[in-house]
Parts: sequence; structure tokens; C-alpha cells
Amino acid sequence: MLHLDGQDLGHGGTPVLSDVRLTVRPGERVALLGRSGSGKSTLLGALHRALGDRRVALVPQDTALVPQLSALRNVLMGRLDDHGALRNLATLIRPRRADRDAALAVLARVGLTPEADRPVEALSGGQQQRVALARAIHRGGDVILGDEPLSAVDPVQATALAAEIRAAFPTAILALHDVGLARDFATRVIGLRGGRILIDAPIAELDAATVEDLYAR
Amino acid sequence: MPARISRLAVVAGFTALAVILLPFADLTVAGHDPWAALSRMARGFLSPDFAGIEQILWAVALTVGFAIAGVALGGVAGLLMAPFYAMRGVRWTAIALRSVHELFWALLLMQVLGIGTWTGVLAIALPYAGIFAKVMSEILDEADRRPSDWLGDRVDPLSRFLWARVPLARPEMASYALYRLECGLRSSAVLGFVGLPTLGFQLDTFFRQGHYGAAGAVMVIYVALIGTVRLWMRPRLVAGWLLAAAAVMSQVDAPPMGQGALWRFLTSDIVPAPLRQGDPASLAPWAWDMLTGAILPGLWATMVVAQIALVLTGLVAFAGQALVVPRVAGRVGAWIGNLVLVVLRSFPEYMLAFLFLQVWGPSMLPAILALALHNGAIIAHLLGRQARGLTLRPDAPRGLTLWGWEIAPRLFGSFVALCLYRWEIIIRESAIMGILGIATLGFFLDDAIAELRMDRAVVILVATALVTVAIDRTSRSLRARLGAGRLIVNETPSRTAASC
Repeated sequence: MLHLDGQDLGHGGTPVLSDVRLTVRPGERVALLGRSGSGKSTLLGALHRALGDRRVALVPQDTALVPQLSALRNVLMGRLDDHGALRNLATLIRPRRADRDAALAVLARVGLTPEADRPVEALSGGQQQRVALARAIHRGGDVILGDEPLSAVDPVQATALAAEIRAAFPTAILALHDVGLARDFATRVIGLRGGRILIDAPIAELDAATVEDLYAR
Repeated sequence: MPARISRLAVVAGFTALAVILLPFADLTVAGHDPWAALSRMARGFLSPDFAGIEQILWAVALTVGFAIAGVALGGVAGLLMAPFYAMRGVRWTAIALRSVHELFWALLLMQVLGIGTWTGVLAIALPYAGIFAKVMSEILDEADRRPSDWLGDRVDPLSRFLWARVPLARPEMASYALYRLECGLRSSAVLGFVGLPTLGFQLDTFFRQGHYGAAGAVMVIYVALIGTVRLWMRPRLVAGWLLAAAAVMSQVDAPPMGQGALWRFLTSDIVPAPLRQGDPASLAPWAWDMLTGAILPGLWATMVVAQIALVLTGLVAFAGQALVVPRVAGRVGAWIGNLVLVVLRSFPEYMLAFLFLQVWGPSMLPAILALALHNGAIIAHLLGRQARGLTLRPDAPRGLTLWGWEIAPRLFGSFVALCLYRWEIIIRESAIMGILGIATLGFFLDDAIAELRMDRAVVILVATALVTVAIDRTSRSLRARLGAGRLIVNETPSRTAASC
């Protein structure tokens, strides 16, 4: 479903990642590992572009929520492109029963039912991250692309949320900071270091030495 | 112009220009005894006479009503223009609207709508729409783009705007609208001087009658009104205030205008007289007469007043910035300094000039003093706020040493930039002073309107607008060359310093 063929990736002149070759097949769950600045976000951006017209659910690292709107409306933003301007305007003023129920169901999956009607700016960092995840789940689609989507929640919650992601999307590509969580969640691991793909293998082949290589100074 | 100019060179250049212009300025004090007038006035203000309180309170209600209705209408119109501000047509419309002063709009609208509700409301709403359009578009541009980017490119523009742009800009917009309302109250009061039933009208009347005590009462109430806006104008109460404003407005009775006044104004009154009389050959002499008889002399006087006032403004601001810093002036001194600045800021230039005119008689002196005190107080206030925010080393000196060695040098860039921001406003206001009888552009405009020669009035108005735009351009390019634009644009003062 997705194919990069020896491209150099980066902003402007100097590539962050060079000669990137990879293919992602439907049903795979990919964990991107690597130190910060190793190019995970760059790779996710390139994958997003390569997905073209497919329906993609994004969870950006900075969440990109609208702080002044309620958690519920931020979740509903996931499907704005499915409707026309008038319907969206009506939803903004007062969401229909069915829309509200759908959004509440998703918020329940990420454990935010009590916060549904609070503005996002009043929520904690971890809660905001869960709203961003709920927005992606509500959007749905062929694949979820997440840039450290679980970095601000505690490990127990992270495991539960990873299970929700697995249930909601057939294919997933997530940059993760927690190797344990990656082992638990992914079917395949891509490790970045020094502007190159250091490892691209089934998750079972990720051994301690490779992890050491990825994160060593 | 060279690519970079030093701040001192700019200050020296403006000062030299003002000194050259000084001999051309008419600074005579009129014959009668100014000190007697001043003491009568001071006595009136110190013992305000609230006997005519009912009349004054109704004028307060109308002042607030015109301000709220005008700002609301202008705000909505500006908000509608803001998303399209990148389009040339919209931008130029906004520039044209805001380059004409509220008082000039009022004089013009009176010819079409009479002295009624809509003249007052539109005189505020039209120029404010132009200002709102610019500022709201800036606020939208500065707001976080990431939520909008997240939506992808298949979402329709309206949904994107309402869901992912407006909410992010809303808090900033609300605080700007509140600030504009303060400006609107000043504008609304000043509209009274050209005949609308607001506080300015009361002040004018009481002065004519020599009721200094009653005039003092008007001033006290006016300062209290401006000073407390942030207490009585709350976001929750906006709907209520709008209804109240509409109710008050509906009580204004105005002499009805003849049918078709607007049509006659547009198709006949503003057509240059030679064309109207079917004599195109005399158009050139007519235009030459306009240029040499009104526009050039008016422009000259406007520039003389404005340039001298600008340098005096700088002096007031440079000295005033120290007065409001406790470490320099002491706690009591800073408190008094603040009070003086608040009072000077509350009174629009025009109102101050009107007061000074009662003392010194008609010359450029009252206008220059009024412009310098009001604008200087605004800049001093903004600089004082920055000065209090400076991080000083623990063993920093106090008093004048601190001012001379730390505050003045560190804020000098902001000082020059703020003065340049106010330059355009000082020009606009200098033109307006003409309505008080000083020979600036407003004098010739007022004259043309009094003679019902609307064709001449419109030409003078356009000339005034063009000068304003030209000065705005010059000021911006000077600021860019100073590298001073960035200095204060990062802080909100740029927005608040730029107008009213």
C-alpha cells in the first residue's frame, strides 16, 4: 500500500534521511524507533505524502488540537471532510445527537468521558494527547500515522491505548519512544540512526544489542 | 534612503526639521488674558457642578450608545473583510476607509443623512471597519496554523475557517475589540464637537455659556467612563449592551432629510462644479485654484503643526517614561505620574486642543500642545510598562542614574519606533484640528462643507487620505531601516500604539 524507493528525505538542501527504501503492506504495524532528531518525524511526513489519496488518520507530535474548542468538538473535527460546509457549521453550533454519541463513544475508549465538554486548553498534556488520539480514531481510515502518540501517558494507559489503536486500524505506523511498548504493539520495527535505516525487521528479531546500537551516544 | 539608518540620525533629522519649521508656526497667544481664563477653568474643574446631571447622563448614554453600535458594526464588517485581506480590492477598500478620520466621516455623512443616529454610528463604524479588517487579518495570520494543516486539503474553506482558524484567534480578537471600544468612546465623545448629541456637544455648550463648573462635571464623568470600561464591558454582557445601545439610539430624534439626499450627493453635489455646470474648459483653473487655495496651504500648515508636535511628543514621552517607574520616581511619584498619564491619555487630542483654545485663543499653539501631551502620554505609558518589565541586576542604581544609564538606552529603540508609529496619527489629528479654526486641511474641508461645496470637500478629503497613506508608508520604511519593527511588534503595544 505504500512504497518509498531510494529517496532522500529532508527539508531544503541537506537530507535528514538518505536513500530510504521501504514498503509497508496492509495489516502491518510498524514501530519507528530512534533517538530524537534521528528523522522519525521526517520519515512519517514522507510516508504521509506517499499514501496519496488513501484515508489516513494523523496523530502529530504537537497534537494540533484547537485549544479553545471542547474535547468533543476536537474529536468531531476528524470527519469534517466527509460533510459539506453547512452541516459542519451546524455541528459547530450544536452537534447532532448521533455525532455527539459517536464522539462520546470514542472518548470513552480513551477514558475521557468526564472531560468531553471541557475546552482542550483546560486539560493536562496526557489528556490532550488522548484527545488527539480520539480524533484519529473517530476519523478512522486505512492507516494511522502517529508521531510519539503515547509519549505523555503513563505506561499502563499506553498499553491500553495501543490496544485501542490496534483494534481501530488495520495498518499502523507509529514513532514510539518506549521499546517495551513497541515489542508489545508492533509486528515490525524500523530503527533509524545517523540519517539511515539501521534495522528493518520483524519485531521478534529486535535484540538488546540492536536497541543498544540505536540509542547509544 | 540608505538601507540602514541609526536611531540617533532619525531623531536628529526630525528635530532639525521641526526647528526649521518653527519660525513658520503661528504660536501667538490671543489678546485677552490667558491666565484669567485658565484660572476660571481650573476653578470650574476643581468644583464640578453637577446641577445639569440629567442632561449630562443622557449625553453619556448616547456617547456609550454610539460607541458600542459603531464599534460593533465596524467590527463585524472588519471581521468579514479580514479573511480576504490579501485580495487587493479588499485591502484598498480598508485602507481608504481608515485613512479618513471619524470627524471627517461625520461631516460628510451629515450632508447625506443629517445629524442623526446613522451619521454617528457610521462615522465610527466606517473607519473602524478598515482598522478591524487589517488587525483581524494580522491576528488570524499569527494564530497557530497546525490544527488547520491537520485537516488536510479536502475540507471546505468555510469549515476550516470556523473550526480551525477562528477559535484560535478569538481571545486575541476579543481583547482587541475591547481596546477598540475605548477608542470608540473617545471618538464618540469628540463627534459631539461637530453637533452630534454626545459629551463633546455638552462640553462645547457649557463652555460657550461660560458654565465652567458644569464643563468640569462633564470632564470628571468622561474620565470615569473611559477609566472603567474594563469593569463594565464584560464578554458575557455584550448582548445586553448591544440591546441597550439600540434602545438608546432609537430615542435620538433627528430632523428628517429630504428624499434622495444620498442620490443627489453622489450624482450632483460631489461632481466638480465646472463639470456640473457644463463647462469642462474651466476644470483646470478650478483644480489649480483648489490646489493653491486650499490643499497646499492646508497641507503646509498640517505638516508644520504635526512635525513640531511630533518632536514635542518625543520630549514628553522621553521624560514621561521615567515618571511611572517606581525605582526612578519613588512609589508616590510613580503613582502621581501614572495618574497624570491616564488623564492625558483619556482626553483625545481634539478635546485637549479645544480646552487649550479656550485659554490661548486660536493659533497653532493649542493644537501642538494637545497633540504632544496626548501622544507623549501614550508613548510614555507603553515605555513605562516595558521599563517595569526590564530585568535589572540586583545592585542596579535608582533614580535618575537608573533612568539615564539603564532605562533610556535600553528602551531607546522602542521609543523611536513608537514615535514613528504615532507620526501618522499625529498627521491625521493635525488635519482634524482645522475644524477648530487652525488653518490645517480640516479648516479648508470644514469651510467647503459650510459653503455646501461638496465637490471641493471631497477633493480635500482625498488629498488628506493620500497624505495619511504616504506618511504611513514612510514611517513603515523608516522603521524597517531602523530594524525597530521587530522590537515591539512581538509585544502587543504595536497594535495598541498604532491607533487611537
